[in-house]
Amino acid sequence: MNQTQQAEAPAEGSDAIQRRQRWMHALALAETGALASAWANWTPQPEVEAIRGPEAGLVMVRSRIDAGGNKFNLGEATVVRATVRLHGAPLAADVLGTSYLLGTDLEHARLAAIFDGLLADETLRERVLAEVIAPLELEQAERDAARRADARATLVDFFTVSREHE
Amino acid sequence: MYVAVKGGEKAIANAHALLAKEGRGDAASPRVTYEQIAGQMPVLVARVMNEGSMYDRELAARAILQAQGDVLEAITLVRSYRTTLPRYGYTEPVDTAELPPQRRVSATFKDIPGGQQLGATFDYTHRLFAENGFGGPTIEDENEVEHDEEMPRVADLLGAEALMEPERPRGFEDVEPSDITREPMVFPISRAERLQALARGDEGFLLSLGYSTQRGFGRTHPFVGEVRVGEVEVDYVAPELGFAVPLGRIELTECQMVNQFTGSADTPAQFTRGYGLVFGRAERKAMSMSLVDRALRHEEFAERIVAPAQDEEFVVTHADNVEAAGFVEHLKLPHYVDFQAELGLVRRLNKEFHERADVAASAPAAEETEALA
Repeated sequence: MNQTQQAEAPAEGSDAIQRRQRWMHALALAETGALASAWANWTPQPEVEAIRGPEAGLVMVRSRIDAGGNKFNLGEATVVRATVRLHGAPLAADVLGTSYLLGTDLEHARLAAIFDGLLADETLRERVLAEVIAPLELEQAERDAARRADARATLVDFFTVSREHE
Repeated sequence: MYVAVKGGEKAIANAHALLAKEGRGDAASPRVTYEQIAGQMPVLVARVMNEGSMYDRELAARAILQAQGDVLEAITLVRSYRTTLPRYGYTEPVDTAELPPQRRVSATFKDIPGGQQLGATFDYTHRLFAENGFGGPTIEDENEVEHDEEMPRVADLLGAEALMEPERPRGFEDVEPSDITREPMVFPISRAERLQALARGDEGFLLSLGYSTQRGFGRTHPFVGEVRVGEVEVDYVAPELGFAVPLGRIELTECQMVNQFTGSADTPAQFTRGYGLVFGRAERKAMSMSLVDRALRHEEFAERIVAPAQDEEFVVTHADNVEAAGFVEHLKLPHYVDFQAELGLVRRLNKEFHERADVAASAPAAEETEALA
């Protein structure tokens, strides 16, 4: 355990955190099936040890009054989380991977934690980013663009009709 | 007082089996799956998520199916389920203007940056039955429009002219809101607590209250400044990681109601806000919520309390349909002991009434006898 690379805790907003937030975002939005096949085809696979979960829980979603004022509690949302330790062959040292994502799909959480762990390894990171994260982000961008195009097709140009006797 | 009853196990088990049978319909037609409900009844799913106060399309769909479409039963299932899960914490406040919305319309300004975008709406449909089996029209050539145009909040346009009450009042401190699912409500409550209660409140109840304010029971002169439907990113600071973890996206409907305010001794005339925010596509609920929110802000604007929609305790305590349904529906459960006591009382009072009547009837006779004596 003492040789496990603990996720360094640099200052909020640092490059390392922003990079991790970005891949966590891609993993959270991914389809479980996409992650499952990426993991099934991943070689060589390190050993995966479950540290916590995968388990389901809730977060209370907050928003702001009038969109920008004081915070208020809107309602809860289901969340799954997992923490795994990866050790063995391809890794420079043991690593921890963690996931938190919306929904109740425990397998999604487990797979996301595994990839977060792989991404913590500096020798593997570029490969995971290129082979797993980049395609996920591309798919998400395509889904977003399609939704956006559908939405923009409903852009309307209302014109007010002037009254006759005014 | 309710006194428990025992027995009836077999009858109860059979009643549940009969319920399942009644909910199956024609055995020759295929069962509905929860995936179908989640995909094809998204508005119903949104309602159950909102009033169940838990965002999870799949669980809401399963609840609807299990409850045979009884929305309040489904909501109760969701509320019960949420109590079995641990609460990890509170998310960062979501930003409703971060992602491009699917729908965004304003009834106050025609020309707004980013334009009026109808999105998926029942507005302007003819409310006529479509041909059975008709899958609906398809989207035709998409407009030659800028896809990446910004869509600022409409309320901010008025805010820039100082004609709108600021969303952050003087001395804004960004206080931690109290959570009505964790701490008992003590009236009067904060606007944050009210909005939490309204967000999980019954759509029909809030619709009627909102309607009552329009009809003159607590007038608020509302206009829809903006209705926005779209996804937001949800971030949660996991304590062991120490930074905001992106959890994914949820769909929300937001309504910013703009209301007239003629000003007071210390405030010039300006527009004031009513706010509605709900899970999924639930525009009627968001609009009703914003009407009721504004009506309940009477104290901030020194308005007279003249209507039910302005009575915070009345509105908030009766908006929760799980509590309401529980209390109303418990009346049908066996109240035999209770009723026996009432029955005894009514019999005794009845007997006393007749005895008095008998005495009264014989009294004049007694007087007569006295007179004769």
